[in-house]
Amino acid sequence: MSSSTDLGRPDAAPGTLAQTPDGRPVSDRGDTVCVIGAGASGLTAVKNLAEHGFGVDCYERETGVGGAWNWRHDRSPVYASTHLISSRPFTQFPDFPMPDDWPDYPHHSQLLSYFERYADHFDLRRHIWFGTEVVRVEPVEGDRWDVTTRSTGGYGPERTSRYAAVVVANGHNWSPKLPRYEGLEGFRGEVMHASSYKDPAQLRGKRVLVVGAGNTGCDIAVEAAQQASRCWHSTRRGYWYAPKYVLGRPADQVNDSLLALRVPLRVRQWLYHWTLRLTVGDLTRFGLPKPDHRVYETHPIANSQLVYYVGHGEISPVPELARFHDRSVELTDGREIDPELVIFATGYLPRFEFLEAKVLGDDEGVGRPRLWLNEFTAGHPTLAVVGLVQPDSGVFTISHWQSVLFARLLRLRATRPDRAAAFAKKVAAGVGERYSGAVKDSTRHWFEVGHADYLRAVQRALDELEGGR
Amino acid sequence: MSIERVRIVRAREWARPERPARREVLSAVPQLEEGRPPLLFVPGFGHGAWAFAEHWLEHAASRGFPAYALSLRGHGGSEPAPGATLRSYAHDVTQVAAGLPRRAVLVGHGAGARVVTHALARYPARAAVLVAPVLGGWGTLGAALRRNPGGTLPAVFGGGLRLSRRQLFSRELPDAEARRYAARLGRAGRRAQWQLLTGREPEPAVGRPPVLVLGSPDDRVVPAAALTRAARRYASAPLLFPGMGHDLMLDARWREPIDAILDWLEKDPAPAAG
Repeated sequence: MSSSTDLGRPDAAPGTLAQTPDGRPVSDRGDTVCVIGAGASGLTAVKNLAEHGFGVDCYERETGVGGAWNWRHDRSPVYASTHLISSRPFTQFPDFPMPDDWPDYPHHSQLLSYFERYADHFDLRRHIWFGTEVVRVEPVEGDRWDVTTRSTGGYGPERTSRYAAVVVANGHNWSPKLPRYEGLEGFRGEVMHASSYKDPAQLRGKRVLVVGAGNTGCDIAVEAAQQASRCWHSTRRGYWYAPKYVLGRPADQVNDSLLALRVPLRVRQWLYHWTLRLTVGDLTRFGLPKPDHRVYETHPIANSQLVYYVGHGEISPVPELARFHDRSVELTDGREIDPELVIFATGYLPRFEFLEAKVLGDDEGVGRPRLWLNEFTAGHPTLAVVGLVQPDSGVFTISHWQSVLFARLLRLRATRPDRAAAFAKKVAAGVGERYSGAVKDSTRHWFEVGHADYLRAVQRALDELEGGR
Repeated sequence: MSIERVRIVRAREWARPERPARREVLSAVPQLEEGRPPLLFVPGFGHGAWAFAEHWLEHAASRGFPAYALSLRGHGGSEPAPGATLRSYAHDVTQVAAGLPRRAVLVGHGAGARVVTHALARYPARAAVLVAPVLGGWGTLGAALRRNPGGTLPAVFGGGLRLSRRQLFSRELPDAEARRYAARLGRAGRRAQWQLLTGREPEPAVGRPPVLVLGSPDDRVVPAAALTRAARRYASAPLLFPGMGHDLMLDARWREPIDAILDWLEKDPAPAAG
C-alpha cells in the first residue's frame, strides 16, 4: 500500500519509463488512485481512498469543489430555488452529518457549504488539481491507467500520468438532453433547457410552457405559476406527485419507516395510493392524466406545490407536444397554445467523453454504460464509476458506500488477490443488474435504483468481499 | 483486530432522525494556529462542559491544540432532554465534531467514553481517548452497587444516579473544591442510564482511529480490571495515574493525564490496523 503523503505534482514524479503514442513521457504515479471530479461523489471518493491509505490525485475542471451543487460552475444545473428532494438523513454522507438545525430539505447554497466544509474537515483540497480537465483515460497493461489532463479550456500542454486505479465521478446531470420536435427551429419564441434556467425573474410576466415532469420541471412550473402570466405544464404521462410531508414528517422518512419493517412493495404502493387519496385526491379532475403506472415505478417526484397551483388554476396541465409552429405550439390533442418561453426540463444524459465507450460496457455506443452495482465494469477491476445512480433518495450516501467498497477492493487486491478475483467474477456475472422494482423504460430510468435495495446489494458485496462476516 | 463489518442500511435511523437540541460548547483555542487536530471533550453522565473548562481546555490550548468541550443534551448549559438515549448523546457528539474545522480527536470521560465509542462508528475521528471509561454492561452496575449503594440503587429503579465526591476525587483535592464540583453534577437521562447497562455494543469504529485508554487504579467508579479490558479492546494497555479519583480532569493532579494525552497526540499516532 502506498503512503498517502506522496503528494508531489503528478509531472514531477521520478518514474518516466513509458511514453505515450505521441512521444510524451508518462509519469508513473505508483499506487496512487486518480479521481475524476471534485463534486459530491468525487470528494467522498477522495476522502475514503485517503482514509484507506491510498495516495489520491483528483482532477477537477472547475476551480472549486461541489460540482453540480456549486452554482458558480458552468455545468451546474442548479437554479436559485433548488432545494433537496430527499430529506437530510438520506442525503448526507453517513459519517459527516449535516447540522441538525438545518431544515429537512436544505437549499443548494447550504449543500455547497456542506461540501466545502467536508473538503476542509478532511483536508481533501491538497489532493485536488483544480482547473484541470481530463482528456483521456486509457487502460494499460497490469490493470493500470494512463490519464491525460490539461488545463480547463484546452490551454497548455497535455500531461499523462499512470495510475493504479481510476474513479470516474464526473456527474451525470450536466449534459442536457433535448428532445427533437418538428418545426422547433422555426419557432419564434424563446427556447431553453432547464440547465440554463437560473432565476424566476426569467419567467416574470411571460407566457411559459414547461416541458417535463421531473423534479426540476415541477419546480419550474411552480415558479412559473407564481411569476409568469400564464403557465402550461406538458407531461408525457400522468405521474404521482408526492407531497414533501405526510403524516407530519418528511415523506421519505415515513416511507423508510415502512422499509425498516420490510413492508412489501405492493403494500407500500397501496398505502401510498391511499395516503394520496386522503390528501390531494383524484388528480384527473384537474385535467391531469391518470398515471399509467403504479407509484414507485417512475422516479419519485416530491413536490407539494404543483398540485396546489394546478388546483388554483395557475398551472394548466397539457399533454405532450406534437410540433412547433411559427408562434404557437401544437399539442398531441390538437390544441394550440402560444407560449413566449418554452423550457425543456427534459433531463440530462451521462457523458464520459474521456473514456472509450467499450470500457464501460457500452458496446453499441448508445451512451448507456453497463455496470454492476452501477459502479463496476467487467474486465477492468481497477475502474469504478461513483455516483452514477438515480436513487429514490439522496445520492451522496450511496457515493460514500460505493467509494468505501472500491477502496476495500483495491486494498484486497494487494493482500487477498483470491477475494479480488472472486469479486471480478461477480462483476462479470452481474453486469446490468437492476436495484429497483419494475420501472418505465426511458433514459430517465437508466440508473434508477431503490435506495434500500441498492444499499443492501452494496452491503452484500462488501460482506462477501471481506469474507462473509 | 478482526475485519470490521460496517452497517450500511439504517432505515430505522433515517426514518427517525434524532431531534435537534441546543448544545453548549465551550472552547479554548491557541492564539497561533499550529495545524494540530482539534480536541473535543465529551463529559460523562452528570457532568457538563464546565468540567473540562476548569483546567483541561486552557491547558490543551496553551500547548497548541484547539480544545472544545460539549455538554450532552440534558447536561450543563445544553437543552433539557429527559428522554435522551445513548443515540441522542452520540448524535450530539457527531454533530459538534462535524462542525469543527478539522477532523477532531474525541476525548470521552466516564460514560462519555461509551458515548464516544458509539460516535466513533458514525464519525471518522482523527483519534480517540477514553478517560476512566465506563463502557457499560452489567459489570458496571455491580461495581457501582458495591462502591456507592446509596447513590446507585435509586438509579436501578428509574431514579437518577448520584455519585459521591469521594468516588470522584482523591483526598488531595481540597474539600471545598470537591463540594463545589459535586454540587454542579446533574443527571443523565433515565433511558440513557439503562442503555449503559443493557444497550447494544458499539459498532466498529470508522476511519481506523488510534485509541488511547487512561485512568486511575484508585478510581472508585471504574475498577482497574475494567480499564485493562477497555484498553484490550483497542489492542493496547491503559495509561495509569495512581492516586487519582474518577474525575481526572478536576482532581488535584489534573495536569498529568492531559499532558499524557497531548504527548501521545504530538507523536501523531498511526491509524489502527484493519
